[in-house]
Amino acid sequence: MSSRTPTTNTAVDTVTNGARNGHVNPALAAQSAQLFDLYRELDQRLQQERYAEDIIVGAADHAADEARYSLSQWQLMWRKFVRNRAALVGGIVIGLFYLTALFANFLSPYTLTTRFRDRVYVPPQGIHLFDEGRFAPFAYGVKTGLNIDTLERVSEIDPTVKYPLRFFVKGEPYKLFGLIPAERHLFGVAGGQGAGEGAINLLGTDRQGRDMFTRILIGSQVSLTIGLVGVALSLSLGTVLGVVSGFFGGWIDDVIQRAIELVRSFPSIPLWMALSAAIPAQWPPMRVYFAVTLILSLIGWTWLARQLRGQVLTLRNQDFVLAAKLMGANNGRIIFRHLVPASIGHIIVVATLAMPGMILAETALSFLGLGLQPPITSWGVLIKEVQNLQSIAIYPWVFSPVIFIVVAILAFNFLGDGLRDAADPYTR
Amino acid sequence: MIAFIIRRLLAMIPLLFIVSVITFFIIQLPPGDFFDTMQAEIAQNGSSQDAQTFQILRVRYGLDQPIWVQYLRWVQGWPEGDFGWSMAWSAPVWPLVRDRLLYTVVLGAFSLLITVTYAIPVGIYSSTHQYSLGDNAFSLLGFIGLSLPGFLLALFWMFVGALVLRINVGGVMSAEFSNAPLSWAKLVDLWNHFWPPAVILGLSSTAQMQRIMRSSMLDVLNQQFITTARAKGLKESRVINQYGVRVAINPLISVLALEIPKIISESALVGIVMSLPTTGPLFLRALQTQDMYLAGTFLLFMTFLLMLSNLLADVVLAWVDPRIVYE
Repeated sequence: MSSRTPTTNTAVDTVTNGARNGHVNPALAAQSAQLFDLYRELDQRLQQERYAEDIIVGAADHAADEARYSLSQWQLMWRKFVRNRAALVGGIVIGLFYLTALFANFLSPYTLTTRFRDRVYVPPQGIHLFDEGRFAPFAYGVKTGLNIDTLERVSEIDPTVKYPLRFFVKGEPYKLFGLIPAERHLFGVAGGQGAGEGAINLLGTDRQGRDMFTRILIGSQVSLTIGLVGVALSLSLGTVLGVVSGFFGGWIDDVIQRAIELVRSFPSIPLWMALSAAIPAQWPPMRVYFAVTLILSLIGWTWLARQLRGQVLTLRNQDFVLAAKLMGANNGRIIFRHLVPASIGHIIVVATLAMPGMILAETALSFLGLGLQPPITSWGVLIKEVQNLQSIAIYPWVFSPVIFIVVAILAFNFLGDGLRDAADPYTR
Repeated sequence: MIAFIIRRLLAMIPLLFIVSVITFFIIQLPPGDFFDTMQAEIAQNGSSQDAQTFQILRVRYGLDQPIWVQYLRWVQGWPEGDFGWSMAWSAPVWPLVRDRLLYTVVLGAFSLLITVTYAIPVGIYSSTHQYSLGDNAFSLLGFIGLSLPGFLLALFWMFVGALVLRINVGGVMSAEFSNAPLSWAKLVDLWNHFWPPAVILGLSSTAQMQRIMRSSMLDVLNQQFITTARAKGLKESRVINQYGVRVAINPLISVLALEIPKIISESALVGIVMSLPTTGPLFLRALQTQDMYLAGTFLLFMTFLLMLSNLLADVVLAWVDPRIVYE
């Protein structure tokens, strides 16, 4: 529009100026007038077309907006979340990880205590699907020995021995969810579950002849729940203190903020190390687990509290809080019935983004030998055994827990990133 | 400005006091003391040592005194640079801590240097080529870098180095050079053991800063003074580098302040994994043997380092951005 209008005006100016001056060639004047009419017509036509276009586009926009306005906030978030492929994949992977952890005892062919004395440092075994042209999954036997020159454990496939693979085989007894006694495992080899007989080690075995696959699966129970419990702990502390701090302001805010600053003035990993070193060695595993979780959330809450304080500071001055105040709601009600629910999306995002940090902190502490100790098996405890460079070089499969950790961390980060974008559905 | 720095330094004193009390308390938390650990170790080795000797040693090192007396004794020596006695090393704490801190600071500073020299150009490129293939590739790389912690990367590097590249990784230098006189080959070897941990330490910060630089540049490039600069007919390179980057770089300095604590923290872990003389390995050992003055001094100085770096970041920010006024 704007680019055309000046053109028309210039034409008008030329014509009127020419007429006023009086000494203009009449033919030229007529031509100018004609040209002016042409311009005007063209301009009108263009304008009409533009209007028509605008109406169509506007209607479509309007319809889309209308559809959007009728959705609830959660529906909007979901829409935005699903559009982010990476976040969706991250979410699915996380879901699978937790599902696996839940059924880890059933999914793994052995138990934590199963030891194959004649199968020390066996490399990952493949599953062969076809036996002599027939579909009959099996695994070859393995012969192990010691290389006298290098003192390395060597093992080779023994093609004369085949162990057929079976589903729902009877194996060592375990307790599903720690409650239901069971002895069926999802898969295993027929013909002997105990030591000395056939076995399937999908990810190989470690220096004590324990199945890596089993240990990683069952280790995920500890590693993944320590994140959940730790985040839950720091979330409850962080939410209350963060919201209170943001809502009341004044000296309460000052005190809480100074406390946060004090905690944060310590470097996190050294502080964690110093605190976990204080856990007595003779404590039972369960108590150590909770002590480590508590130590991790001791620093974790500060970040969550900061995030929520910021959120509450913006919410505090909104109309719905004023309305609640005018209706006589007391502070507790405003905080827990209005402010916390209003920031719940934000809380979920912050919690998701805090998860990988928790899992990694546990891994790091256990890796240093300060956190969880055997017989508790977590991913950190597993990679503690990788510390020995020599063993990585010769038996690289003991490194496999690291891959599980990395996948879990990446998935959490992708999920958290997607959730963060989705939590603010009103910006496009 | 100088008044601001002095005020901040003075404000650090009470904080340091509280930190030192908390530190001492944490270090005292484990049941038993250094001599209990030592006794247990000796008993494990089979030789015996009577409890009386340990009691005498306890009295000699003042471990029989109440905690607050021990704390005061510790603090007393500070003005003279005496931070206590390491029982495990039978040496004063300060020289041990000083060397490790120095290495940590040098490593950290170098990794920050790498971070900045990589993150700024990449951030600029990403913002001027938004959504291009290069931008997406850098973003993905950054995301992975952001997600993986230093100690896992260090493990990866050890793994790759030992298994794939078949080179000597870990430590300050290869074993064959440890007693060799300074030579060109030794320098190269030192360097080859120095840059990988620095890169690993800086990786997550690099990713973070690259992100911030990108979004900050995108904000700035949409502002009117950039349009004006372009309308004046300035060369695009001048518009970006002298008009855009100058303004966009400010948020980066505040982020840098947030990254330094991470680097200090992470350097302890990476040092342990790669057996480097950072604060980490000795601190861990001190914690395990309950060598309390050594562990406490380490924790104290790492905290001090963190506070100093925060102050430094504030000062640099005020210096770069004249719009910030500190009252």
